[in-house]
Amino acid sequence: MTQSYLSIQGVSKRFGLYTALEHVSFAISQHEFICLLGPSGCGKSTLLRILAGLEQPTTGRIELHGQDITTRPPAERGTAMMFQSYALFPNLTVAENVAFGLREKKWTRTAIKEKVAEVLAMVDLEQAGGKYPAQLSGGQQQRVALARAIALAPDVLLLDEPLSALDAKVRQKLRREIRRLHEETGMTTIMVTHDQDEALTMADKIVVMDHGEVVQIGTPEDVYNRPGSPFVADFIGAINFFEGTRFVGHLPDANALLAIRPEHVRLLDHETECGIPAVVESVEFRGSFYRLFLQVQDEQEATIPLRLTIDLPAASAQRMRVKRDQKVLLELPLEKLLVFERDAWKGAG
Amino acid sequence: METLLHAKREADKAKQEGTREDLRMDVDSSARNSASKETIFDAGSQGKAIKRGGIDKAWQKGVLALLVMVLGVVVLWPLLTLFVRAFWDEQGHFAGLSNFIAYFSTPSLVQSFTNTLYISCMTTILAVALAFLFAYALTRTRMKGKAWFRSIALLPLFAPTMMHGIGLTYLFGNQGLITTGIFGLLPFSWDMELYGATGIVLAEIVYVFPQAYLILAVSLAFADYRLYEAADTLGARGWRKFWTVTIPGVKYGLISSAFVSFTLSFTDFGAPKVVGGQYSVLATDVYKQVIGQQNMTMGATVGLLLIAPALLAFVVDRIVQRKQNAAVTSKSLPYQIKENKLRDTLFFLYCLGVTSLLLLLMGAVVLASFIKVWPYNLTFTLGHYDFSQAAGAGMETLYNSVKIALWTAGIGTVFTFVAAYVLEKMQVWNRLRQAGYFLSVLPLALPGLVIGLAYIFFFNNPANPLHSMYGTIWILVLANVVHFFSVAFITATTALKKLDPEFEAAAESMGIPQYKTFWRVTVPLCLPAIIEMAVYFFINAMVTISAVVFLYAADFKLASVAIVNMDDAGDVAPAAAMSVLIVVINIIARGCAEWISFLLKKRTNKWQER
Repeated sequence: MTQSYLSIQGVSKRFGLYTALEHVSFAISQHEFICLLGPSGCGKSTLLRILAGLEQPTTGRIELHGQDITTRPPAERGTAMMFQSYALFPNLTVAENVAFGLREKKWTRTAIKEKVAEVLAMVDLEQAGGKYPAQLSGGQQQRVALARAIALAPDVLLLDEPLSALDAKVRQKLRREIRRLHEETGMTTIMVTHDQDEALTMADKIVVMDHGEVVQIGTPEDVYNRPGSPFVADFIGAINFFEGTRFVGHLPDANALLAIRPEHVRLLDHETECGIPAVVESVEFRGSFYRLFLQVQDEQEATIPLRLTIDLPAASAQRMRVKRDQKVLLELPLEKLLVFERDAWKGAG
Repeated sequence: METLLHAKREADKAKQEGTREDLRMDVDSSARNSASKETIFDAGSQGKAIKRGGIDKAWQKGVLALLVMVLGVVVLWPLLTLFVRAFWDEQGHFAGLSNFIAYFSTPSLVQSFTNTLYISCMTTILAVALAFLFAYALTRTRMKGKAWFRSIALLPLFAPTMMHGIGLTYLFGNQGLITTGIFGLLPFSWDMELYGATGIVLAEIVYVFPQAYLILAVSLAFADYRLYEAADTLGARGWRKFWTVTIPGVKYGLISSAFVSFTLSFTDFGAPKVVGGQYSVLATDVYKQVIGQQNMTMGATVGLLLIAPALLAFVVDRIVQRKQNAAVTSKSLPYQIKENKLRDTLFFLYCLGVTSLLLLLMGAVVLASFIKVWPYNLTFTLGHYDFSQAAGAGMETLYNSVKIALWTAGIGTVFTFVAAYVLEKMQVWNRLRQAGYFLSVLPLALPGLVIGLAYIFFFNNPANPLHSMYGTIWILVLANVVHFFSVAFITATTALKKLDPEFEAAAESMGIPQYKTFWRVTVPLCLPAIIEMAVYFFINAMVTISAVVFLYAADFKLASVAIVNMDDAGDVAPAAAMSVLIVVINIIARGCAEWISFLLKKRTNKWQER
């Protein structure tokens, strides 16, 4: 494993007055599965298109294998891209679609035929070669698009929201499929998504982006458990924010912003003195857990301006028989609390 | 013209879908799109040599600039030349409005201006009313024989407008079938005094009826049934529902069809020429001024008057289309036709009446073309199809017309499709693209006579490097391509907009050059539209008279010109025969197109079937 197999160095992209990317820099190791995650308009797709060579950065450079590929044409930079809409040519068969790029590389007929069969087998579509895209289901089309990209044997595979057009069930299945394919081929993969679940389940490393900048890079556990900013905490997973010197004694900064994930709030079973009193405002059943919306109270049981969302495993919720208007006691485990500087808050929520 | 409306509405639909899609697109990609249109890549920031991306864009810019330049030369420049002529005098001095003042102080010319207004207003009112009922019958009833009625209603599109006039002559003219009570066989007869306003209005109604029908049929078909259900639940019935739901729902279609009817009848040359008699209109005035008196300045002045309503219609149509987009949403339900025997019977009788009259009119021409001497010697003859005796130029005019129509279809389709592709896919220089788009739809507002006139001024100028085209067949082809460009352009644009915008990026990422993607993917997927464009060019080039009447060379006459000349010389039967031949050729062309589309459909269905 070489460090910084693919490195992005100070890439900016401006469209007229609009800045889509602002000095983006990070490096990727070989064989890694990277997710570019962020809300709409954060610049992740633009970055992917720049990596694919479909756009040129305004400034900055991109190196692969230590070679500058910034200005190389799309087909000669060792990347292959799979498009959000798949962009399968409807008048060509599946096999012709997959072979389309290979033909341009002047491969021999038999070599192309073998390669097509090989990649179609990889995505479990050996039998579909003679069919036209419209004759396949959405999930199958997605796999054809994937096969077409893989066929070019790229150093880096670029996936632009590959699962966004599919329904939930198929999406779950294809997540594992893409991950399996990645492990089989060992191809360095960069996937753009706005779906945090997708990023958390698939990526080795997540690059969180916002407003054209990279705000955090880390493993899924990192970004979930140790978000670097309120924005990341809020964007990935559910979270409660509050200013809470009232509940937590010793803070380095009295002005700090606190946050805690709903599943980390503990509901106390029995009366204790250190519990924070609250009233259940509403209950949502979510299958494996219940989500409770609580109104926090002070020691005199007067309402204070703080609401908390907490997740309770179904079993304990049923045992405690939580219902509306019920009074409960909370505990905020210190080790699970996230502390941010007040100024770090921008636009989360 | 059939495709005109189809295409326009299709374009609307595409636009709608486009906007919906745009909304779905995340800001990312919309920013990317707007940017790739506007920004010029900043090559300096890296101090590198030439960028591949830069070369691609430069190439795209070159193609785009070339296209807009060509459109400017063939559309805008001639038009400007015409404008200039109307404001300058014969000696080349600036004359201001004096040409127009001269025009409006000549009583005979003013008379033809008011005549034309009268003709157009009458035509519009009658044709829109008739077409509305017809379209209503075909979209909102369950009567039988709809396909049959529809094809007959569209039949006039295959004929030059002179043919409608000739048909009227044979029915209602001095020796007409009706005027003489079927040559005295009937106990009564009816002379409607055809020649003049009556004849022109009737011929124009036949001419514009299919066009108005097509617009209204589309409007009526796109109703939102939820409004009718709401009206039902609120207890509205019959006429109230008609005035509060139906009419507001199609009001843009009504406006659109009224303007199309007005503009077409305002500028038509063929019908007034045949049945106008002494009744002068603007179109025949232009012809007289330019061909008869060689008064180019007055010709240009009248030409500008001809554009006025068309330009107004053009602007109104643009606005109307924008509004119509908002009217139908994805949530609209299609109209459900309820059971109603009485309604179906009444509308069936109405449609039967209308189509019978149309068939009678065209049938009279066919019949007359096979009769020796109407009405004195009613024996069968093929003699009128031997044009060597007639005042025209013989059978070769028909060959010439077919030749021109084929060239127009070939060159027109290729040029139009490429133009639409360039304006759609070359994502550079947004302003220039918009200018190109404007130039591409502008010909919609230009009557054929104006194009013909403008081309005389432009090409018949020895200083013009394109002067050598003047008097060749190529100026005829060019005039036809420009004349019918817009509708074909909209058809092509609509088809291109339906394609996945990521095709080009996907191909590029696989290293496939753009021309290859164009050839292997874009063209095959757009073939149905391409065929539609080609047949549209062909049919219109066969029937048109207005632009070419100024441009044909003495040794290269066209069939439509021959019809006018023969009719002028009193050889009405050969003129009828020539009209029939044009219709037959057009029907064959349409048939071939349908056949090819059918084969294509079989192939494209293969792309779909599971």
